[in-house]
Formats: sequence, C-alpha cells, structure tokens
Amino acid sequence: MADEVKKRPKIIPKQIPMPEQDPIERGKNFNEVALGFTEEQALAEAQRCLGCLKPPCVRGCPVEVPIKDFIILMQEKDFIGAANKIKEKSMLPAVCGRVCPQEDQCEKVCVVGKKFDPVSIGRLERFVADYERQSGTKSKVEMASSTGKKVAIVGSGPSGVTAAGDLAKMGHNVTIFEALHKPGGVLIYGIPEFRLPKSIVASEIDGLKDMGVEIKTNAVIGKLYTVDELMDDFDAVFIGTGAGLPVFMGIEGENLNGVYSANEFLTRTNLMKAYDFPEFDTPIKIGGRVVVIGGGNVAMDSVRTALRLGAKEASIVYRRSHEELPARAEEVHHAKEEGIKFEMLTGPIKIIDNGEGWVKAIECMRMELVEPDDSGRRRPIPIEGSEFQIDCDIVIMAIGTNANPLVPQSTSDLELNKRGYILASEETGATSRPGIFAGGDIVTGSATVILAMGAGRKAANAIHKYLVGEEDEELSGNGDNPVS
Amino acid sequence: MAKILEKRKVRPDVYFFRLSTPEIAKKAKAGQFIILILHEHGERIPISLADINPEDGSVSIMFMTVGKTSTEMATFEVGDEIADVVGPLGNPSHVKNFGKVVLVGGGFGVAPLYPIAKALKAAGNEIVTVMGARNADLLLYEEEMAATSDKVLVTTDDGSKGIKGVVTLALEDELKAGVDLVLAVGAAIMMKFVAKTTEPYNVKTIVSLNPIMVDGTGMCGACRVSIGGETKFGCTDGPEFDGHLVDWDLLMSRQRMYLKEEKEAMERYSCNCVPIS
Ligand SMILES: Cc1cc2nc3c(=O)[nH]c(=O)nc-3n(C[C@H](O)[C@H](O)[C@H](O)COP(=O)(O)OP(=O)(O)OC[C@H]3O[C@@H](n4cnc5c(N)ncnc54)[C@H](O)[C@@H]3O)c2cc1C
Ligand SMILES: Cc1cc2nc3c(=O)[nH]c(=O)nc-3n(C[C@H](O)[C@H](O)[C@H](O)COP(=O)(O)OP(=O)(O)OC[C@H]3O[C@@H](n4cnc5c(N)ncnc54)[C@H](O)[C@@H]3O)c2cc1C
Ligand code: SF4
Ligand code: SF4
Ligand code: FES
Repeated sequence: MADEVKKRPKIIPKQIPMPEQDPIERGKNFNEVALGFTEEQALAEAQRCLGCLKPPCVRGCPVEVPIKDFIILMQEKDFIGAANKIKEKSMLPAVCGRVCPQEDQCEKVCVVGKKFDPVSIGRLERFVADYERQSGTKSKVEMASSTGKKVAIVGSGPSGVTAAGDLAKMGHNVTIFEALHKPGGVLIYGIPEFRLPKSIVASEIDGLKDMGVEIKTNAVIGKLYTVDELMDDFDAVFIGTGAGLPVFMGIEGENLNGVYSANEFLTRTNLMKAYDFPEFDTPIKIGGRVVVIGGGNVAMDSVRTALRLGAKEASIVYRRSHEELPARAEEVHHAKEEGIKFEMLTGPIKIIDNGEGWVKAIECMRMELVEPDDSGRRRPIPIEGSEFQIDCDIVIMAIGTNANPLVPQSTSDLELNKRGYILASEETGATSRPGIFAGGDIVTGSATVILAMGAGRKAANAIHKYLVGEEDEELSGNGDNPVS
Repeated sequence: MAKILEKRKVRPDVYFFRLSTPEIAKKAKAGQFIILILHEHGERIPISLADINPEDGSVSIMFMTVGKTSTEMATFEVGDEIADVVGPLGNPSHVKNFGKVVLVGGGFGVAPLYPIAKALKAAGNEIVTVMGARNADLLLYEEEMAATSDKVLVTTDDGSKGIKGVVTLALEDELKAGVDLVLAVGAAIMMKFVAKTTEPYNVKTIVSLNPIMVDGTGMCGACRVSIGGETKFGCTDGPEFDGHLVDWDLLMSRQRMYLKEEKEAMERYSCNCVPIS
C-alpha cells in the first residue's frame, strides 16, 4: 500500500495540452481543431487522476460515467477496457468527449481541480473512444434474445439514438424515423465538422445498424405517418424530435436577404456541404462581413463556420458580458484565437436594407447588466442613446430554438407545456399517453447532448419495463440497467 | 430512393415524371409537395405534386428546367433512381364545396392544379380553369384540366390559341359573372396580379407560394414569407396563403437570394455536360 503511494508521481499542476491546428491555418479549413492526445499524452493526463475513493466527478456527470474506473484502466494502458467501461453509461463517448460542457459538469467538481487544473476527463474520454474506433476492435455488444416487441423512435438525435441502441440490446425490434435524409440530429446538421467530424457520428450510427436497428430517413412524422398511426404498428413510441424551430427576434429587416437562422446557415454548410459549392449543389452566401447574434454554442459554431467560409470579418454580438456566455469555454477560447470579434453587452434593434432587399448594416444598442432575472443571470437593459451601426452583409440569428410543432400538434391527447414542449416524466420519459415516451430537447428545450442521451436511456429502460412487464424482467434477469 | 416509372418531355423545357413512392402516395393530398435530392451531392428542391396515385403507389411531378438541379433532373431516365424523396410536405388544400371556383395556372403551375381540381370537383364545386402561356405551343396539361373542369379558358399572349392576353383578363370576366373562390398557382408575379385582380371583387384568393426552402419541415426558416405583416414559414404554415395578404415584393426578392450562385452552378454544369469534341 505504502509502496503504491510512493509510486505515484507528483501531480502535474497543469493539464497536458492537447495539440491543435494553428489558429490562422484552421480558420481556412473545416478540419477538426483539436487533434487529440497521443498515447503518451493521454497516459500522462490519466496519471493526474487521484482515483478518489468517492469520486465527485461521477456525480458531476449527468449520466454518471464511471470516470474513476475508466481512468484507472487507462493508467493500466487498457484503453479498450476503458472504452467499454464508459460505454456502460454513455452511448457516444467520442461525441461527448468533444462536445460536453465539461467545465460545468464532471471537471467542475474534480478533486484535483481544487488546487490545480482539473483532470481533462472529456479529453481522456475522447482519446479512448477514438483509440477504440481506430483500432478497429468492435466491442462485442451483448444482445438479449428477441422479445418480439416493436418500438418506433422518432428522431435520430442523441436521445433517439441512445434509446434505439438500448432497446435493441434489450431484444426489441427498433425502427428509427428521421425527417432528414441523414441520421444524427444536431450532431450531423448542426455541430460543424471542425468540432465533431461527421465520420464519427456516422460510425456510431453504423453501430446501431449492426445491432439490427432499422433507420428510415426522409420520414417526417406528422406528415408521412402520425404518432397515432405508429402506435397501431408498434408497441411503443419514443419521441426525440429535438427543439428544431428557429427563433427570430421580430426586429425590422429580419426577412432581408442575407439574414439566416443559425439552423439554416449550419444545415446548408454541414448537412448539405455548401462549403464545397459548387462541388455540392447547395449554395450559401460567403465572404463579406458576418454578424452572429447570440452567445451559445450555436452562435460560436455559426461565427466560426462563417470565418471558414471566407468571411472578411466575423463577429459575435451578445447582450450580456463574457461571464454569461453560455457556450463551452473551449469554443469561446478557440473563437478568440481564430480572430472572431466579440461585441459584448450589445443588443440588435434593427437590420438595415441596402435599398435592394439585402442587409447593409445592423443597428445595435449598448447594454448594461442589472439585477438577476428568473434565469438567475443578470438582466441586460439598453443604455439610452447608445445606438450605433455595424456594417455587415450577413446576419445570423443564433438566439435559441423552440419546439417544432409538427409532432405535438399531430398527436392526439399529448399534453404539452405552455411553450409547446412535450410533458414527460424526467425519470421515465412517460408522456400523458400510455406507450408514448419522449425525451431530449423536445421535452427540456435546448439542452446538451449528454442530457438528451441520458433521457433516451431512461426512456429505454421505462419502455422495456412497459413492454415486458416487471415479472418478465426479473425472469430475464435484466434489472434496471440491462446494458451494463 | 424513388424509381422513375414514367418520363415525358412535355415541352422543350418542361418534364413530367411519375415516381414510385408508395408510402407518400398513400398519404399525399392535393396541394402538398415533396422535396427531392438527386444524388449524394445534390441540393434539396421542393416540387409540387402533379398527381397522386395511391393505387399504383406513385406520385407525379412536372418541372421546368430553370437551373442546375432541374436541368440535371431532366437527364434522368425511366428506371433511374432519385436518391431521396421526402413528403408529403406542406398543408393540403382546403377542400369543401365553395360553389364556383376559378383555378388559375401559369407555366408549370397548371400541374399542381390538377389534383386540386380533382379534389374540388369531387367536393361538388363548379370548376373553371384559366390557363395561360405566351403561345399555344407552351400550354401544359390542357387535356387533364379539361377532364376535371367544367370550363377551361385558355389565354395566350400572341393569341395563337384562346383569348389573346394574360390570365387576369379571362379571370376578370369570370369575376364579373360571380365567383366564390379563386386559387392560383404559378410564378410569383402571376399570382400577385391574380390577387390584385380579385381584390376589388372581394373574392377570397388562395395562392401557393414557392419561397426557397431547405428542409421543408419548419427547421430552418429559409422559406420565410410575410402574410398580413406577420412572418410565416412557407413549408409548414403554407404553401397556400391568402393572396391578398402576401408581401409579394419580399417573396420575389427572397427568391433571388442565390441568383449569382445559381448562375455559377448552371454555367459549370453546362460546361461539364458538353463533351469536348
Ligand atoms: C449548433 C449547435 C451546437 C451545439 N453544441 C453543443 C455542444 O457543444 N455540447 C452539447 O452538449 N450540446 C450542444 N448542442 C445541443 C445539443 O446538440 C442538443 O441538446 C441535442 O442534440 C439534443 O438531442 P435530441 O436527441 O433531443 O434532438 P436533436 O439532436 O435535435 O435531434 C432531433 C432529430 O429529430 C428529427 N426530427 C424532428 N422532427 C421530426 C419529425 N417530425 N419526424 C421525424 N424526425 C424528426 C430531426 O431532424 C433531428 O434529426 C448544440 C446544438 C446546436 C444546434
Ligand atoms: C412549394 C414549392 C413547390 C414547387 N413546385 C414546383 C413544381 O411543381 N415544378 C417546378 O418546376 N418547380 C417547382 N418549384 C420550384 C423549384 O423548387 C425550383 O425551380 C428548383 O428548386 C430549381 O432548382 P434549380 O437548381 O434547377 O434552379 P436554380 O438555379 O437553383 O434556381 C432557379 C429558381 O428556383 C428557385 N429555387 C432554387 N432553389 C430553391 C429551393 N431549394 N426551394 C425553392 N425554390 C428554389 C429560385 O428562386 C431560383 O430563382 C416549387 C417550389 C416550391 C417552394
Ligand atoms: S459524458 Fe460528458 S459530463 Fe459525463 S464524464 Fe463524459 S465528458 Fe464528462
Ligand atoms: S474527481 Fe478527479 S481526481 Fe478524483 S477520480 Fe474523479 S477525475 Fe480522478
Ligand atoms: S424550408 Fe426550412 S423551415 Fe421551411
């Protein structure tokens, strides 16, 4: 015992830096910004973990990834074992390692972080997931024997994909219905290539297909079939349609040419590959000066995408201050390195026409922060007489999304909240209709990948119970977490 | 994937396809549209349904070769497959017995009128179809419309067939005789003038708008139109709107958003298409 303690080297106070593409160079391409640890770097970072007896980091993670356990496996160089350990709790480690707001979750409470930099849990997670994928070893998925039950999943974002994977493992016959022509939800149409390579999402989706999940793309539920019709053919339905309705501000000039919702801008670029126009047929306006309204991940993704498309100047306009920026810290840091301008404490009031139906400038007001509002954040109010204009050619609205009404409105007796989101139990995803479950952004409003996955997993467990009943479950010995 | 079951060249620049889409055919209603993607590198383009056949599991479309995608689509042959077809999208036309309905079609707009005419006729309406073109050779879907209408009025700019003049001329005569509903499909400019013509007569006028779209499911907002001063999404709130409330200038301006890029794509496509001799 004493020996072991001695063996542990002194903690390196700083995180092992992850190699990144040069900021100027990467502003011109769509390749991934952060290049990932080498094996040596990963091992060195893993060594920084103390292997706490009661690891607080695990409780910091919304799905309680066994962080300590997987890092210890890493310290023993058992990277495949580490990957399998994470997969007990998270379906998409390669994704979460890249996009989780770790600084607010697992890493926020890491014990090492009290004195030094916290352990880079997300980066380690990314490393083992990438290692596993690149090694070509597919971890064997334990599949229960068929239950003969059919489950329909509406939407192929992180919540739907997680629910589908879990239910397939439990022996159910799963079909995903996806409105777009490619599965993956926001991971495929929203989050850009330079932050989350699409090949990673595709390989996770392939894993689902290997498990026998059928994916029907181009299937808009509410149009091609209603949820009620799905209930005729399936034993249960999970709704994971996300919060896909773009919000506009309702200011003058918002319908001018050159004004995009972030959804449109990112969909054209990521899903339709407009950055490779005319090689790909979907056009997008490029070059010029681009202003992005908002301060979340969506705004950062939009502004950095605009830069990569060749914008002369790309700026964020955000009505609060730096501290309130909801985006992941790493993205803000990267954006600054790349030369993105930040107009903080600034709120747009109208978009100005060049006389031919195109954006010429955006008129803004400076803001100051007063006492906190309902969200607990300090509230911005405009400073009188502070109007000024920013000349620009493109304005991108990244101020949030709402529930897309297609599914809620076409499903009978489905209870919604005031804002049109589906009312569902946080623990089980159960909605007001027996057999219909829901989770992810369509229940919570825009949240995070890992929360959507967590919701998909909880719903899968509840659906399993609903389908096979408690008794059968005991017989098959599956218990509450059949995946582990 | 949707296989092309039938292809017809209706005019040098207009093609008719019948596509094998059993699920969509079962669900689609008059007034709705589909979005299709030709191949891996393709864009998503919306096209109205020109016929719906649940029995043989097909839907038909009629399209004009206006740019790269439509021109490329015209090279597809019977048996070829269109990579992605999604639908039915948009809201179906409101069908009930209105009384006397005048349908106005310009260009390829006559094609989507056909299923609408069928549905309105079945609901007991008296159908008058007004269709126009520059000259007799450019008229489309005449027989089909004749089969579903009580009366067909043809207008040509040069007088080579029917009434010499534009559609609004023939429409005006009908309006004077009394009309309960007007429904117009075609180029924005034509629909704008139809709406202008009916306004003094206070006749409800439905138009089917065609703003630029991406997803067609309410996710992107590319299809924003202004109706009575309120922003609506063409794909999920429409495509049909009250013609008297539409901000036509905005629609036409937004349709031109990618003019430069569309031209570039077309030029590049034409170059690649012509073999070097
Ligand atoms: C640009 C952007 C960047 C983001 N960055 C981060 C980040 O860095 N970290 C993080 O944790 N979170 C991030 N998020 C948030 C995160 O992506 C979402 O919270 C998460 O994807 C929600 O998952 P979901 O499964 O609920 O829905 P979604 O991912 O939205 O997927 C819903 C799917 O359902 C489909 N669908 C919708 N309607 C229908 C219908 N009627 N019929 C069939 N299919 C339908 C949609 O096409 C879509 O594929 C970001 C979001 C965006 C937009
Ligand atoms: C609801 C709806 C129904 C339609 N029905 C038909 C139809 O039945 N027959 C038909 O020939 N055309 C129809 N259109 C128009 C058709 O979508 C465009 O002609 C097509 O996208 C042109 O593509 P292109 O590459 O050949 O031409 P482009 O060179 O790309 O464009 C030519 C014109 O088409 C319009 N356009 C381009 N891309 C889009 C897009 N993604 N969405 C909408 N418009 C676009 C532009 O305004 C442009 O002026 C419809 C459009 C809508 C929105
Ligand atoms: S899933 Fe996200 S929050 Fe959980 S451990 Fe991994 S990076 Fe941290
Ligand atoms: S809290 Fe930090 S040091 Fe402790 S087990 Fe978790 S990652 Fe390791
Ligand atoms: S086409 Fe995207 S919202 Fe209508």
